Amino acid sequence: MSRESDFYLRRLHSLLGIIPVGLFVAQHLVINHFATRGPEAFNAASDFMGNLPFVLFLEWFIIYIPLMFHGFYGVYIAFTAKNNVQRYGTFRNWMFMLQRITGVFLVIFIAWHIYDTRIQKALGVEVNFDMMAKVLSNPFMLAFYIAGVLAATFHLANGVWSFLVSWGITQSPRSQTIVTYISMAIFLILSVIGVQALLAFVV
Amino acid sequence: MSENTTAVKDLQQQTAQKTVLFEIRRQDTAESQPYWESFELEYRPNMNVISALMEIRRNPVNAEGKQTTPVNWEMSCLEEVCGACSMVINGRPRQSCTALVDQFTQPIKLEPMKTFPVVRDLIVDREFMFDSLKKIKAWVPIDGTYDLGEGPRMPERKRQWAYELSKCMTCGVCLEACPNVNDNTNFMGPALLSQVRLFNTHPTGAMNKDERLATLMTDGGIGECGNSQNCVVACPKGIPLTTSIAAMNRATNVQMFKNFFGSDHMVD
Repeated sequence: MSRESDFYLRRLHSLLGIIPVGLFVAQHLVINHFATRGPEAFNAASDFMGNLPFVLFLEWFIIYIPLMFHGFYGVYIAFTAKNNVQRYGTFRNWMFMLQRITGVFLVIFIAWHIYDTRIQKALGVEVNFDMMAKVLSNPFMLAFYIAGVLAATFHLANGVWSFLVSWGITQSPRSQTIVTYISMAIFLILSVIGVQALLAFVV
Repeated sequence: MSENTTAVKDLQQQTAQKTVLFEIRRQDTAESQPYWESFELEYRPNMNVISALMEIRRNPVNAEGKQTTPVNWEMSCLEEVCGACSMVINGRPRQSCTALVDQFTQPIKLEPMKTFPVVRDLIVDREFMFDSLKKIKAWVPIDGTYDLGEGPRMPERKRQWAYELSKCMTCGVCLEACPNVNDNTNFMGPALLSQVRLFNTHPTGAMNKDERLATLMTDGGIGECGNSQNCVVACPKGIPLTTSIAAMNRATNVQMFKNFFGSDHMVD
């Protein structure tokens, strides 16, 4: 990877984080919310999503390829920073560090999550409500999944903020402050949706 | 201390009990290992870090009472406009000329800005920034073989906010504060991104704005910014660095599409 192409890779990384990965994450959490309406509703939604026309094409081009680029290039970005929240304990500097910590954690979580679900499906295991309920009946896995969902919603919400700065849409301090509040709202709303869905499998 | 100036002697007797403790990160040569040395000085009203360093230079004896070499540092203007005396004081980079001893908790720790190569003690080599200024063409090119006449007029209100950007003294404090300016990257740092905005704002400077933006789109350019926004907190001149960075983000993105698709509007 040439250093000279860093600018373009960074911009691509910023864009893919929102389109399509961020939109997919939001959609995924909303579809998961069918679990709160019972196993039949969840299985129907899961069947619908899993049997979309051209599903393999959609999976690779909307999820796997953008996600892998965003994830692996993101790890490179995360490990080039020398965090200094001890020196500057400002809100934005904390967000900067948390964005990198959640990003690295998400690479691990999502790798496990894909192994747990999509790869199992490819190996012939039926992925449905009961299977997720079985996985989440383990308190450790439930905690791991809740941490994963919260990391994802945080990373997405804060990513919306930095996306708008990186593309030069929010420039003034006031516009950036307003988007900070909007990103907090995105974090809270998506977190409630995601965690409610997870808890629906165990209650 | 001299014994024949009675007025001074009286003053010294009154304040002699109070001392100031400095811990200074020292390094004898660019390659040698750094070490810490403490100095205890008599307190004087209104003393700042520079006057304390001058006192150490006058009488280079450390807190253990041993004779040592004077501490090396750089200074020039002594009014926070040149940036030469920048160093890390109690963990934060700033100019030492405006660092009043009364405002710090003791011991006062002095370190060089280690983002830059350390030359000796508190002296660092900021050439990286000056090289970057050349790379971004931080000037308005007006030289030619004949008189080009007057340039376009700059609107007064534009000049007023551009003046704020021109206060940058290349001190390096924002680079020291930035988590992305380090050995892992070639990031030129927040100050330089703001300088591109300054020169691209100037009506004559704008005639070469695509060249400056092209530099920002190469290695070490604006792509390395991670939006920690420490720079705008650290800047001693209160330059709106993060606003400049976001503005240059927009400008480079537009330039990227112009370069890719082709455009007749490279400088407007």
